[in-house]
Amino acid sequence: MKYDSHFRYFSLTLIWAWLGIFALLAFLLVLGVSFLDHTQAHIVIPRLTFTNYQFLFQPMLLKIFGKSFSIAATVTFFCLIIGYPFAYFLSQLDRHYKSLLMLFLIIPFWTSSLVRSYAIMAILKTKGLLNLLLLTLGIIHQPMQLLFTNVAVIIGLVYNLLPFMVLPLYANFERLDRRLLEAAEDLGAGRFIKVYKILLPLTKPGIYAGVMMVFLPSMTLFYIPDLLGGARSLLLGNLIENQFLFANNWPVGSAVSVILTAVMGGMLFIYWRATQRHERQQVLL
Amino acid sequence: MTENIVEIKHASKSFADQQVLRNISLTVKAGEFLTLLGPSGCGKTTLLRLISGFEQPTSGQIIINGKDMVNTPPSLRHVNTVFQSYALFPHMTVYQNVAFGLQCRGVAKEQIQEKVMAALAMVKLDKFSQRKPKQLSGGQQQRVAIARAVVNEPLVLLLDEPLSSLDYRLRKAMQLELKQLQRNLGIAFVFVTHDQEEALSMSDRVVILDEGHVEQIGTPREVYEEPVSLAVAKFIGETNIFDTEVLAVKDNKITVTVEQEQHEYTNKRGFVAGQKVHVVVRPEDVRAWDKVDVPGVTGAMLPGVVEEVIYKGTTVDLMVRLASGKVVATTEFFDEDDPKLEYSIGEKVWVEWTPGWEVILPYEV
Repeated sequence: MKYDSHFRYFSLTLIWAWLGIFALLAFLLVLGVSFLDHTQAHIVIPRLTFTNYQFLFQPMLLKIFGKSFSIAATVTFFCLIIGYPFAYFLSQLDRHYKSLLMLFLIIPFWTSSLVRSYAIMAILKTKGLLNLLLLTLGIIHQPMQLLFTNVAVIIGLVYNLLPFMVLPLYANFERLDRRLLEAAEDLGAGRFIKVYKILLPLTKPGIYAGVMMVFLPSMTLFYIPDLLGGARSLLLGNLIENQFLFANNWPVGSAVSVILTAVMGGMLFIYWRATQRHERQQVLL
Repeated sequence: MTENIVEIKHASKSFADQQVLRNISLTVKAGEFLTLLGPSGCGKTTLLRLISGFEQPTSGQIIINGKDMVNTPPSLRHVNTVFQSYALFPHMTVYQNVAFGLQCRGVAKEQIQEKVMAALAMVKLDKFSQRKPKQLSGGQQQRVAIARAVVNEPLVLLLDEPLSSLDYRLRKAMQLELKQLQRNLGIAFVFVTHDQEEALSMSDRVVILDEGHVEQIGTPREVYEEPVSLAVAKFIGETNIFDTEVLAVKDNKITVTVEQEQHEYTNKRGFVAGQKVHVVVRPEDVRAWDKVDVPGVTGAMLPGVVEEVIYKGTTVDLMVRLASGKVVATTEFFDEDDPKLEYSIGEKVWVEWTPGWEVILPYEV
């Protein structure tokens, strides 16, 4: 009894301390730095300024914001239309096949996603596997330039983020009462009405959760645009990376991070308002 | 002649290598209340799903309104189901739930409004049309489920243990309401239950299923008073069963031994001498007589000792141990003959029943 309560106290303290130091404190540092100045000699000097945020409102950076949003939206869209039926069929399968396919979905997580991105490069490059296949089949006659385009970035991001769409949707489908679909069919609903009026509304929490879990990382996974998009592809994640590592401008990098965090917070807020408590519990988010 | 709405002909159903239903043949007549009764796992829900179309028979035919329905999906069968746990759509209001079936069939909007409100009024829920199912009590949800099904005016309404999750009082009230509803609508109901009392009190006919086959089909009175097998007798109501054999057959009479006494009964089933049989007597047909009430003992009476007295308000139930050690249950009603009905444990009594009220069945293990 006593040991138990000690253990609980200890583990909860550990979790809160971890979150406090590595999430809250780290964010507060970034927030602070975003309002400070810098010089050539010092990364950060303690002088209050708003120039970092003003700097963000130049056309070039706004364009990066816009491009990041549109790529993230495209990636999210493809993840959703691939992930939704995928999660549905996964939830319909026998228990044996289910765990096997789940394993296949999870296994790539055990390999570094950097390594997997190199693998995608090997597939997409001009003399890569994809072009070779399409040429051999006679579908195309000239190798396509895929690598170092936005298409490659989108393919890479969809590939990396698909599980984040599938998992909350799968959890949602698993908790869905099968008899509701039977009841709809019993009342005369065809396939389309069943999906549109029953399945989609009842998996709304899973869709929201999946969209958030894909949309946000797809703006910040900087190494995927770096590898697959080449020098021309600059997204928000790359912007932050560049400001910190190459331009040595930590305050501007921080300001971009703060904006991203604000966007994320806004989306979480909308999600919270749009769903009910019991719906969120369906996807454990 | 009454029209058959549903005809099931030699239907069998297997899942993997397990046979759930064996050669089922039955009909549902227009406007009747038919109950499928049986212990859990006897296949009654599967049989219901064959009619609704969620399962296909492995062999045999399902004919609804004269048309063979095998390969017709549930959405096109014009049969509606009230599901066991209602399966109301949680994201829709009561109104939207009830309107769903009509919308699927493309009924005009004004007509939908009219029909839905009429259906809700019928189940006394017209004031709750804008609530979500979660905001209703179990009994109210049950009514929504019924309204959602009957608003489509189905050929048959299928009900899969619809009352099993309600408490006793509510269940009693809903039984009465369902029965009245069925009479008013004139729609045939196929009602699945494992509760024999429910089956007897509500049905026009009862189908008793056991281990995937039909044991007996008949009116509540027939299945209770004239069970065709031990399974039916045991499943419906309490029974006293004496295992014995036919000693002699003469004309339409048979002689059997019950508790070392020879009895002569009418031979209703063509038993032959030497055949092993069960003599089944309902507790309420058995009378227990005080020793002083019976001056000269007749041959049909069996001596015993009262082991247990259970007072139930309208009746007194006794457990009487006979000379052979067998315990017989009796139910005594309070009436003008016996206003007091006082028994004490250990009291010596005589038990008997009116000849002809027993049922004699072929021997089963």
